[in-house]
Amino acid sequence: MRYVIIGSGVAGYAAIEAIRSVDQAGEIMMISDDPHGYYSRPGLAYYLTGELQDKTLYPRTQDHYQKLKFSFLKGRVTRILRSEHALELDGKSRLNYDKLLIAVGARALPLEIPGSKLEGVVKLDHFADARNILKLAKSSRTAVVVGGGITALELTEGLLARGLKVHYLLRSDRYWSNVLDERESKMVQGRLQAEGVELHYHTELKEIIGKKNRVAAVQLKSGQTIKCDLLAYAIGIRPCLELVQDIDLNLDRGILADEHLQTNDPDIFAAGDVAQVFDPLSGRAVLDSLWNPAREQGQVAGMNMAGRKTAYLKSPPFNVTRLAGLTTTIIGAVGRGRDEDIVGIARGDSETWRDLPDALVAQNGFDINHMRLLIGEKTLIGAIVMGDQKLSWPLQKMIAGGADISSIREKLMVPEAPIADLIADFWVTWRKQAAL
Amino acid sequence: MSLLNLFKRDATRRTTLYSGHVVSDSARCVQCGICSYNCPIEIDVRAFVWRDEAIKNSECLTCGECVIRCPRGVLRFTQTDLFERRGE
Repeated sequence: MRYVIIGSGVAGYAAIEAIRSVDQAGEIMMISDDPHGYYSRPGLAYYLTGELQDKTLYPRTQDHYQKLKFSFLKGRVTRILRSEHALELDGKSRLNYDKLLIAVGARALPLEIPGSKLEGVVKLDHFADARNILKLAKSSRTAVVVGGGITALELTEGLLARGLKVHYLLRSDRYWSNVLDERESKMVQGRLQAEGVELHYHTELKEIIGKKNRVAAVQLKSGQTIKCDLLAYAIGIRPCLELVQDIDLNLDRGILADEHLQTNDPDIFAAGDVAQVFDPLSGRAVLDSLWNPAREQGQVAGMNMAGRKTAYLKSPPFNVTRLAGLTTTIIGAVGRGRDEDIVGIARGDSETWRDLPDALVAQNGFDINHMRLLIGEKTLIGAIVMGDQKLSWPLQKMIAGGADISSIREKLMVPEAPIADLIADFWVTWRKQAAL
Repeated sequence: MSLLNLFKRDATRRTTLYSGHVVSDSARCVQCGICSYNCPIEIDVRAFVWRDEAIKNSECLTCGECVIRCPRGVLRFTQTDLFERRGE
């Protein structure tokens, strides 16, 4: 049996571990055109800020890889030949597979304005991008960041940490308006300003002006010009579907996969950012660009590839990030509307967050500690916890477990209610009942 | 803060250090490695988190460096209890 995995992200690595836990003898091959193999992509943000070194980003050593007995092939898969159960590599050689996992991820949407090919126009998809940013930052003084969501802030904070003056351009009147509420956006914006970031609202890029093929300034639609040496963008991501365009796999915005991560070809599986997986919460197939779902999907795909029937039960979306130095947990559905700074979904984002549930909002803030709950008829539907994270784990469990909060619902709805205390007290009782 | 409270806080901290250990919530972790990178005795904290295990390394100083440095709140202290559940 030969298992082939295209892609070296966490979904692919988790699949290898799962396959090996079931099948000790089968041959496993991972193919990727990313020469860095498996590393922590979200960790690139902390590499940019200088909180860790490049070698720290590799979670596994050669010892681990040897124990898993798989081979890594650096190369590009140029075609999938379904009827022959084979892959074409770099347009030349062929490789047969028995079971195939497509885990090629997503990539940044390109900036389509004049000047976007100039040196100094950067994104943050891969290790190579982060290295490029650090190299360019050494000879730069000023950077302009466009886009929304988590990646735009990671770029902002990384460049700031490298001593650059940063201008952050926002299309609307506030940051990440489809996930954060007005107050939360203001908290983040206030902290960015305190760090020295210059925020420009209602602003759109018209073109990037170059000098000797390098970024020299950006011109805005308002006519204003900002001199800069770097232009970093994060306007959303899109699953990499080039490889599967014409091979009759069911596609929507990603590769459609059932709860076994299986596509309409029983020998081809999909996991991670490229997969659009059925979600019981919303009753439809959704895209996620989160680390943990990618890992879980990879594990489930691996088990099924090795013949151990396993179903993927998508938990409510959940992500932890740092927004302007503020640890922030986003659980379940908390957002509303769409963000003009993002096309598609942003990295570290999940579509479920943007479905406005039929729920009421209760919130409480303590300077930099902030919590917002979305309350359904009987249960909590979503929550945002910023700053103090003590309650984020209980909230995560209560939302995932569908805790019936009827007994405290009225109290939570009272204006200025001490929601943190109410949740903490409720958790103590509920936890015992749920045997957590 | 009164002097008494200061002593109390310090005592609580010491109690946590000698009677506690570090536990993880692997769902929050992205394997960036800041925890392992900052461990003064080079415990591979991240590997424990990947397996959804508590950091039960007999050499752990419970200094709390990994807990503080983690940007995603993956790690926290808990009282040592031999009969506790996995990942708790």
